[in-house]
Amino acid sequence: MFSPQRRGAHLLIRSAHVLDPRSGLDERRDILIRDGRIAELGPAGGLPAPGDVELMDGSGKHAFPGFVDPHVHLRTPGQEYKEDIQSGTAAAAAGGFCAVIAMPNTDPVVDDAAILGSLVERARADARVPVGFLASITRGLRGEELTEMAALADLGALGFTDDGKPVRSAGMLRKALAYQRLAGGVISLHEEDPELSGDGAMHEGAVSARLGIAGIPSVSESTMISRDAALAAYENARVHIQHVSAAESVIALEQAKSAGVAVSAEATPHHLTLTEDVVRTLDSRFKMNPPLRREADRRALVDALRRGVIDCVATDHAPHARHEKEVPFEEAAMGTTGLETAFAALYTELVLPGELDLEVVVERMSAGAALYGLPTPRIAPGEPADLALIDLSATVEVGAAGYVSRSENCCFHGRSLHGRVLVTLAGGAVAFREPALVEAELAR
Amino acid sequence: MSIPRHLISIDDLDRAGIERILDRAESFAEVSGREIKKVPALRGRTVVNLFYEASTRTSSSFELAAKRLSADVVSIRSVGSSVDKGESLKDTVQTLSAYDPAALVIRSPHAGAAQLIVAWTSAAVINAGDGKHEHPTQALLDVFTLRRRLGALDGTNIWIVGDVLHSRVARSNILALSRMGATVTVCGPPTLIPRDIEALGCESTSTLDRLAEADVVYALRMQQERMRESFVPSLREYAVRYQIDVSHLRSGQLLMHPGPVNRGVELSAAAIDSPQALIGEQVKAGVVVRMAVLYELLAGTPVMAVAA
Repeated sequence: MFSPQRRGAHLLIRSAHVLDPRSGLDERRDILIRDGRIAELGPAGGLPAPGDVELMDGSGKHAFPGFVDPHVHLRTPGQEYKEDIQSGTAAAAAGGFCAVIAMPNTDPVVDDAAILGSLVERARADARVPVGFLASITRGLRGEELTEMAALADLGALGFTDDGKPVRSAGMLRKALAYQRLAGGVISLHEEDPELSGDGAMHEGAVSARLGIAGIPSVSESTMISRDAALAAYENARVHIQHVSAAESVIALEQAKSAGVAVSAEATPHHLTLTEDVVRTLDSRFKMNPPLRREADRRALVDALRRGVIDCVATDHAPHARHEKEVPFEEAAMGTTGLETAFAALYTELVLPGELDLEVVVERMSAGAALYGLPTPRIAPGEPADLALIDLSATVEVGAAGYVSRSENCCFHGRSLHGRVLVTLAGGAVAFREPALVEAELAR
Repeated sequence: MSIPRHLISIDDLDRAGIERILDRAESFAEVSGREIKKVPALRGRTVVNLFYEASTRTSSSFELAAKRLSADVVSIRSVGSSVDKGESLKDTVQTLSAYDPAALVIRSPHAGAAQLIVAWTSAAVINAGDGKHEHPTQALLDVFTLRRRLGALDGTNIWIVGDVLHSRVARSNILALSRMGATVTVCGPPTLIPRDIEALGCESTSTLDRLAEADVVYALRMQQERMRESFVPSLREYAVRYQIDVSHLRSGQLLMHPGPVNRGVELSAAAIDSPQALIGEQVKAGVVVRMAVLYELLAGTPVMAVAA
């Protein structure tokens, strides 16, 4: 993971409700952070405050292990008009994320050591939270020739993906899976059969029938998951399935997992909380790939996330400029931003109505780290300070005060969500403070 | 009763709204019978027609409708215009809106285009076809034509036959006809019937076996390119299974088509020329129904009342 060297925080968070599902911690504590590490967890209000630490009132707020997003598009290099490493990681910090993994479908594609090397340098200069990178599986995402996977892995690539596109050829994917034995890293897959998807722009079903928009059927995704799980089994490879969207895909995943395939999977907050119904508005903010599907699919995803069939939450944060979205639905770019709203959306739409427990959401929000071999954030003495301080009772009017991201194509725009991120610590440093908090401090 | 500010979808109209437009169209039909076919209803107001797709009957009937209401009309086609030079829809609409039009009629190859531009203009927006989504004025003129023949549509069986998947006419008609009390069945090759189309409130079938149940047979245009895309193996096989010929039509059944017709594909020449075909009446209805839509949207509301 790459980010600038920052001064470690010296901080005492008083009486926050610490919830770290992995360690079973679920009670109010004082958290003392020194030099960017958690020095001590004490009884609420019980730790003495050293003179050289900043005091922060955590009462009524929750402290969670920092979130880790294994799927973001930071758009550098080449599409900085949508986002860049600085703005994208700032958006991540604003959403409580302490680390993100960036996708390689940039312009040019991250398919070569020189490009990855310059990205690493850029992240070391600009990143607000540590960034990891995936490189592409095939050169130019063309699906024709493998990248120098071993060299890319040596430079720090956590894995490989042609995300944005499937690896169409089973033969090509098989070679990549075999080559993984040399290169290491996870092979992550955007699963979609281009023949079945055609020129589809939304889920194929009742709403696409109503709107006359070509549909992307669920089987476009699930058949490719089945194919690739079989290939992974044959090559004894480790694969990760990106942005699962359909109930059929959950079945395919369960079959693969029960057969012992080394497969993991992610789902996005938008697929977990929204359905094709919102597309009736033809608002291009609801256009993404894979598309929002039926309520039955959404429920299957939530259930799979609860049971661990889907291992983690990933936002697929996909910023696009206004002119790319202010066009008719079929013409609009695919994707929604998601970093700033991920936790609040899941908390408001799933935890508050009782569909998922808070512990499950908190655990899945950082479970992506281990899938890519990264350390999992923990709130425990000796651990680096990677945590999010969140006020669950405070609301966020999404987009009302603009976005930290350079882009505004957020599918939760205009919603009132519960769960406001107040402070994010990433890699031991304060990466985000809620603007109102900063104002309060200035006034003091 | 509700007449919306814009006409984007048949869903913008309840049954009373549809009837009000059709009643208005009847009164304009009376005017159309006179030697001087103009009324001064929209004198001094501007109607902009913005067509991003080739169109003969829709664009000409909108133009004529606006002129017969004495509006000033500007018609823009994508070919040879700034649209052709890559200007965005937003910029084009904002530019045209600077002329302060009362109505903006838009035809676009993309679903949702009409709805999208509502935010960029103060004009009333009329959807003249957006992608494969809707074509509400076509459905209104079809209902108008049928109402003249049948009186009420309540309890009638209407079959829409052909390429429903790619048809905005089918979608608007399913909504409009069922809103007027008809039972709608769509029929066509399984590859050209959208999955879950029943959610629109119609039935679906893939053979003409029960066609005799229909009071009205509405055939859709079958395009050559569907064959290249393998939706149907050949136009010959399509014609054998789905072409409406006089031999299919029982007496009293009415035949409709939105035009332009592929003779010998979806309809036989004999069917087109038969007295049961209403195709010519549909075209005639186009002008008066579009006059009625313009009138109701622009002049029919008290806020927008036209000074004498």
